[in-house]
Amino acid sequence: MSMTAMEIYALLPQTNCGECGTPTCLAFAMQLANKQATLDSCPDASDEARAALAAAAEPPITLVEIGSGDEQIEIGNETVMFRHEETFHHQCGLCVCIADDAEDAEERIEKAGELWFERIGDMIGAELVAIEDRSGDPDRFAELVSAVVQNDKQSPVLITSDPDLVRSTFEAVEGLAEARPLVHGADAENWSDMADIAAEYDVPLGVSADGLEALAELTPQIKDKGVDQMVLDPGGDDQLQTMEQLTQIRRQALDNNFRPLGYPTIAFARGDDPRKVAVDASTYVSKYAGVVVIEGEEPWQLLPLATLRQNLYTDPRVPPAVEAKLYEVGEPTEDSPVVLTTNFALTYFTVVNEIEASRVPAWVVVVDTEGQSVLTAYSSENLNAEVAAEAIKEVGLEEKVNHRDVIIPGYIAVMSGALEEESGWNVTVGPREATAIPTFMRRLVS
Amino acid sequence: MSLTPVKKSWNHQIKEVTIGTGESAVTVGGETTLPFLHDEGDMPNPPRIALDVFDAVPDTWTEDLIEATGDEINDPVEWAQKGVEEWGVELISLNLTQHALEEDPASPEDCAKLAEEIAEATGLPMIVWGAGEEEPDRDVYPVVSQALSGQRCLLGSASEESYKTLTATCIADGHNIIGESPIDINICKQVNILVTDMGMSEDRIVVFPTNGALGYGLEYAYSILERTRLAALGGDRMMAMPIIIRAGTESQRSKEVKAKEDEFPEWGSRADRGIVWEATTATSYLQAGADIVTMNHPEAIRLIRQYIDTFMNTE
Ligand code: SF4
Repeated sequence: MSMTAMEIYALLPQTNCGECGTPTCLAFAMQLANKQATLDSCPDASDEARAALAAAAEPPITLVEIGSGDEQIEIGNETVMFRHEETFHHQCGLCVCIADDAEDAEERIEKAGELWFERIGDMIGAELVAIEDRSGDPDRFAELVSAVVQNDKQSPVLITSDPDLVRSTFEAVEGLAEARPLVHGADAENWSDMADIAAEYDVPLGVSADGLEALAELTPQIKDKGVDQMVLDPGGDDQLQTMEQLTQIRRQALDNNFRPLGYPTIAFARGDDPRKVAVDASTYVSKYAGVVVIEGEEPWQLLPLATLRQNLYTDPRVPPAVEAKLYEVGEPTEDSPVVLTTNFALTYFTVVNEIEASRVPAWVVVVDTEGQSVLTAYSSENLNAEVAAEAIKEVGLEEKVNHRDVIIPGYIAVMSGALEEESGWNVTVGPREATAIPTFMRRLVS
Repeated sequence: MSLTPVKKSWNHQIKEVTIGTGESAVTVGGETTLPFLHDEGDMPNPPRIALDVFDAVPDTWTEDLIEATGDEINDPVEWAQKGVEEWGVELISLNLTQHALEEDPASPEDCAKLAEEIAEATGLPMIVWGAGEEEPDRDVYPVVSQALSGQRCLLGSASEESYKTLTATCIADGHNIIGESPIDINICKQVNILVTDMGMSEDRIVVFPTNGALGYGLEYAYSILERTRLAALGGDRMMAMPIIIRAGTESQRSKEVKAKEDEFPEWGSRADRGIVWEATTATSYLQAGADIVTMNHPEAIRLIRQYIDTFMNTE
């Protein structure tokens, strides 16, 4: 959280000696606030001032790394409460939780390993698998943690409040320390031992406590033991309270730069109703959790959560674009219609979704409009007859279809004549709004 | 350690809009806080679920959804009644589509008769949507509006290009109106201004910012909702209208809902996918500020009802 010039000025010697190269301390403070100078230029700056500025330069929410290698995820380091203010930076981890007293735990670990989906060119899914200590049997626990490490699809999370169990598991499971599991974790009773273990193995530590005040008391003590990679578990009696606590932790960090709560968070969705578990978890994806843990490993639970996360962590400052190329909707043949649109992701997905709804297989030529929508691209000349004709040619449609008819968005109807001339294709003007596509398509082929 | 909570307080309130009359009337809006942050202000009215009922079985629906709805799907009146009796909905969202057919379209009088029958059979407040096609809708709105005159329904939708007929008829017959905008906060405000300039009272407008389903541009409308709500709580009166979101119809069209299990075995059970996709679309928008969600799947409705109960329970 940055400091204002006046806040910095209050910490300076206020002697206006000029050593820093500016005539007054106030002028220097303004430079510092604008990050145009560093405090090193002032020879008389106090240690207090140095510490305060250093703390202000730190991100308000610590970046925490879980896992290693390809499976490593980074969480935290968020800067805003609302994504439109900037963007959400580090998408939350999704974690499948498996209790060690479940008879079919091995199968579940296998199943969790398959929870990866390709969506808009990204692999999305669960990056973490937690083994939860319920059996009280250290061998069983270690065996399952080992299975997660061996499976090598996700990073492990150890859920237990027993420091001895954590230690024995690290000793028993080969490669566990290298996999950098999240150990969850520390609480008011065991924090000292847990912090020692986290420091020794250099792994991130989950911390839970009864309420935010208790949490804020624990974290500085753990930090004093050399552990700064922490993930906060605020608990909560129900989903509402958990959401409130997650919100409050984020605000304490961002609005107050309150260091003891300046860490990413973890939230649990549990229960007997697997659909409700997924629904509850969706709240934590949108409302600030750094890791969302769900009891369940059904793909229909994970796919919506991973999709929601992909949506909300999309940077709103960048116009999202899809690759400009020829797409197939359904299984188009040489007689299927050809539809032209732009590579603005929202336009593309809407158009494709509506064509799918029409159940008419089609070819979709996506023109590179630098991620602009139809109207914007048209007015900025990113979409004109030449560009469109070039796109039709480049994707090699002439070999794929036996006709020369292309459908263009209704909004660029004025371009029809020029495009016909430029491309040699017959142009049909499609609807303006995508919702009219299904009717249009069905009429076209009937 | 004592921790002083960071609390936001807002000096402005979202307008309260009442749909329906008498005992079954439903009031939405009225918030002086962000969604479900009860410690910082009031949320006097819970968000509401409206059951989508169609005048003909939508030809894009999955078998799962049709089966879950039951045989009543073939009769919109019975369908709506089932919503009241079995699924406990408090609002009916009637979607008129048959008047916009190319061949043998329903007459405005047919549409009006259906709307009246449903209103009478259920006794619930009604939301009525046109087909989204300007000409056929323009003929239908006045007739339907008049038939439901005095019932304080919510009719939609008015857009920047086409709002006059609907606004005039809503004012004449004492209804509320839906102001629609294409995921654009400025147009959202503009429609509210246009409609109020014609004499519509500010507390008779619900805004529909147009929303995508989960996976299909949800983030755009999500942020529009958050921005709208922040602007309203910050004092922009022309943004302070309750928000309606179409959680059911949008999500039920998604590939992830419709794809068969043999096409995408890695996606798991389609029946569950369809329910959870719709429900998580709804939760996301509820967390961003939606006051009414229109929904399709009975099981998704059950989940969201339970969800709203949890998030409104401050005991
Ligand atoms: S060197 Fe330090 S004390 Fe001297 S003017 Fe600059 S800021 Fe002030």
